[in-house]
Amino acid sequence: MSEFETHEYDVLIIGAGGAGLRAAVEASAQGVKTALVCKSLLGKAHTVMAEGGIAAALGNIYEEDNWKVHFRDTMRGGKMLNNWRMAQLHAQEAPDRVYELETWGALFDRTKEGKISQRPFGGHRFDRLAHVGDRTGLEMIRTLQQHAVHKGINVFMETTISKLIKDGDRISGAVGYVRESGDIIVFQAKAVVLATGGIGKAYQITSNSWEYTGDGHSLAYWAGADLIDMEFVQFHPTGMVWPPSVRGILVTEGVRGDGGTLRNSENERFMFNYIPEFFESETADTEEEADRWYEDKVNNRRTPDLLPRDEVARAINAEVKAGRGSPHGGVFLDIATRQPADYIRRRLPSMYHQFKKLADVDITAESMEVGPTCHYVMGGVRVDADTGASTVTGLFAAGECAGGMHGANRLGGNSLSDLLVFGRRAGLSAAQYAQGLSSVPALDEGEVKDVVADMLGHFDRDGSENPYTVQQDLQETMQKLVGIIRQESELKEAIEKITVLKDRAGNTGVEGNRQYNPGWHLAIDLRSLLTVSEATAKAALERKESRGAHTRDDYPKPEEEFEKVNVVIKETPEGEMSVAQEPLPQMPDELQKVFEEAAI
Amino acid sequence: MGEVTLSIFRGDSSGGDFVEYKVEVEEGQVVLDVVHTIQATQANDLAVRWNCKAGKCGSCSAEVNGHPRLLCMTRMNLFPEGEPISVAPIKTFPLVKDLVTDVSFNYEVAKEIPAFKARDPESGGGYRLQQMDVERGQEFRKCIECFLCQDVCHVIRDHPDNKEQFYGPRFFVRLAELEMHPLDTVDRTDLIRKAAGIGMCNITKCCTEVCPEDIHITDNAIIPLKERVADEFYDPFRWIFRKLSGK
Ligand SMILES: Cc1cc2nc3c(=O)[nH]c(=O)nc-3n(C[C@H](O)[C@H](O)[C@H](O)COP(=O)(O)OP(=O)(O)OC[C@H]3O[C@@H](n4cnc5c(N)ncnc54)[C@H](O)[C@@H]3O)c2cc1C
Ligand code: SF4
Ligand code: SF4
Ligand code: FES
Repeated sequence: MSEFETHEYDVLIIGAGGAGLRAAVEASAQGVKTALVCKSLLGKAHTVMAEGGIAAALGNIYEEDNWKVHFRDTMRGGKMLNNWRMAQLHAQEAPDRVYELETWGALFDRTKEGKISQRPFGGHRFDRLAHVGDRTGLEMIRTLQQHAVHKGINVFMETTISKLIKDGDRISGAVGYVRESGDIIVFQAKAVVLATGGIGKAYQITSNSWEYTGDGHSLAYWAGADLIDMEFVQFHPTGMVWPPSVRGILVTEGVRGDGGTLRNSENERFMFNYIPEFFESETADTEEEADRWYEDKVNNRRTPDLLPRDEVARAINAEVKAGRGSPHGGVFLDIATRQPADYIRRRLPSMYHQFKKLADVDITAESMEVGPTCHYVMGGVRVDADTGASTVTGLFAAGECAGGMHGANRLGGNSLSDLLVFGRRAGLSAAQYAQGLSSVPALDEGEVKDVVADMLGHFDRDGSENPYTVQQDLQETMQKLVGIIRQESELKEAIEKITVLKDRAGNTGVEGNRQYNPGWHLAIDLRSLLTVSEATAKAALERKESRGAHTRDDYPKPEEEFEKVNVVIKETPEGEMSVAQEPLPQMPDELQKVFEEAAI
Repeated sequence: MGEVTLSIFRGDSSGGDFVEYKVEVEEGQVVLDVVHTIQATQANDLAVRWNCKAGKCGSCSAEVNGHPRLLCMTRMNLFPEGEPISVAPIKTFPLVKDLVTDVSFNYEVAKEIPAFKARDPESGGGYRLQQMDVERGQEFRKCIECFLCQDVCHVIRDHPDNKEQFYGPRFFVRLAELEMHPLDTVDRTDLIRKAAGIGMCNITKCCTEVCPEDIHITDNAIIPLKERVADEFYDPFRWIFRKLSGK
């Protein structure tokens, strides 16, 4: 048994992306002792990669825009499965959160009048995304990071949490390891905020990094919290497809927002053939109207190139299947013939650079080849909209690892704003909860020791399984069987395969010692990756319909019986994964009215 | 491309050496891909940092054939076929293991720089700023904190003790950004001259040459900062005037 340090905090925040940093700033502002833990170095979380922008109804380009329109777009984009209260708070508070970033040093691109500029994005009725070229996430995370370092928050970088500890029904702390040394680290905390991001590493073709192994989802699940909407995984329509080594790397929707169009091998703007009934009234049906829309959004309807992501990803999939794809199995994305070269370089500098360097493609002169890539998980920890509280006392969640806000499909730009709005709320509520506790919940030492023994156990096994091979096999399974288009037999096959993979993961051996050992780290990460994969496959099997990002070949249409339910995943006391349908919270009448009025 | 030989530094603070790995390389791969292949198939415990694989996070800095680079933006076809390629950790910071170094120095310096403090928002909230006014700062805010500029700067690369009195080019970029920020109200001139040690920079421009974000570190950040502290030394009123007028 090895020794370990124990640190005591009021609020422990796991994850230092936009949500975790914003939560930390808010918690420490309440005067509680706050710690922030992250797997990578500070400033390297996924948030840094966000490109297109932050959605907020500032109304700087179109005065007609306001929170009601944003709320309506978000709900419709989510196929009405969103938690209405989250969608409401998000739309109402996003503008304040953006202005706040500016007072903390962020330098957004400007309009001619000197206001924060906003760019059009899929599913948003008006130009709504505050941005900095195509590196908005960098601006956001740096601003938050630079603001946070002066607030007395203790940051534990390159530290991974692998289990939460409870005292009876309440959270009392967490156990993890320091990557650099391999030392075990224990936190005793009154409240824990999960802000760990997504699950995209479960797939082969993904825009997500090694960090995205669904840790927060799993930590919550193992602690007894509910997960909702796990069947909804967003495949972003435009990832790079060539060369193979860059497959999956994101091409921002900003390319289409700034005038780029999708074309098939016959040079046809094929999205006009894929306008669903649900969006017919708000989508242009001729190229002329679509092109006018870029200049005048009040009198024209939106180009189908900017339908919500689920629609575009399915359309690309169908074009490729029909034999109208590009040479490397994607479709073409053309901005070169649509905008002058200097405009492209100014608005999309990092896309220009990325294609030039990694694919030898000059996007100001040629089309890009793009195809769907796993990008975001709508599902996550079930939370109370106002406070971010999970169903376990003392456990909060915000950002991508929380569920409900985006329903069946997230609109571009709505994540960065989600991080700010709900990161702040979760940090605040966690601090208030901690302040309200008269005593520190106890850490069960026996349980801590079990967790530690389990983590270190990988060094004692014979090493018959290589963790990297297990991960690759899982990614292949998820990509093939739980991908964009699903069906019952394949989902069942996936669940069986995941069971086998779990055994194999239990049998992974580790080379070398505890110091900065990625093989060991992956062996531990596999547990959460397998947990979220199983949750996704089981929830997908439960939802016998097609809605938003969840498409079933065997149930190709939305079904009324699933219109108002969330699929809820929970661990039973016996350690089994239970799947249940529960009623979706219903919008109050006043808000329903707001929703309808915003349509006009 | 067929088979290549990668010679990767393996070791920790107690010592180490280059180890040769032979790997099959696919079309379009970058050095990071090849390092990952080795990690997955031949050396599970090979330590390397990465996140975005697209030059956006600044995690994967290393020295490839002696040149400071981002591993994820360095294509394999850059190198002549048949010759081994060496991959070593960046040199300026203490080694943790293999390709991972202890870059905590940078996070400490970041804390020493007094925080940004904005002037009051305009009535109605927010600020009116022209694109021209934000662009200068935006150049500096492109920094992905890869610390390659810190790695090549001879002031700290060759003389580790200088880290006590020299922030390094990354933080001259940060200071320039704050100094030229149209909304900031804090005076950091004294810090720039003293604690940051800008006087020790002799404008060799090595930092500018390696910056993957093409930030003109010397011309646009360091030289104006040097001028500013020189002016200021004699004329504090000029600083106040500049701050207020945004010039
Ligand atoms: C390429 C790309 C472009 C995008 N562009 C946009 C965009 O333009 N607009 C938009 O709104 N959204 C965009 N998104 C989505 C958005 O960036 C993410 O959803 C969002 O940044 C997630 O933020 P987060 O704070 O929830 O988590 P992250 O920023 O991912 O941070 C997660 C944190 O949790 C830590 N962590 C995870 N597990 C553990 C553990 N076990 N122990 C300790 N720490 C842990 C990680 O180290 C990290 O610090 C984009 C995403 C990608 C990948
Ligand atoms: S220009 Fe100055 S800061 Fe840059 S490398 Fe040379 S000495 Fe260092
Ligand atoms: S200034 Fe350039 S080289 Fe230096 S850390 Fe920033 S991005 Fe890297
Ligand atoms: S992995 Fe992000 S810069 Fe290389």
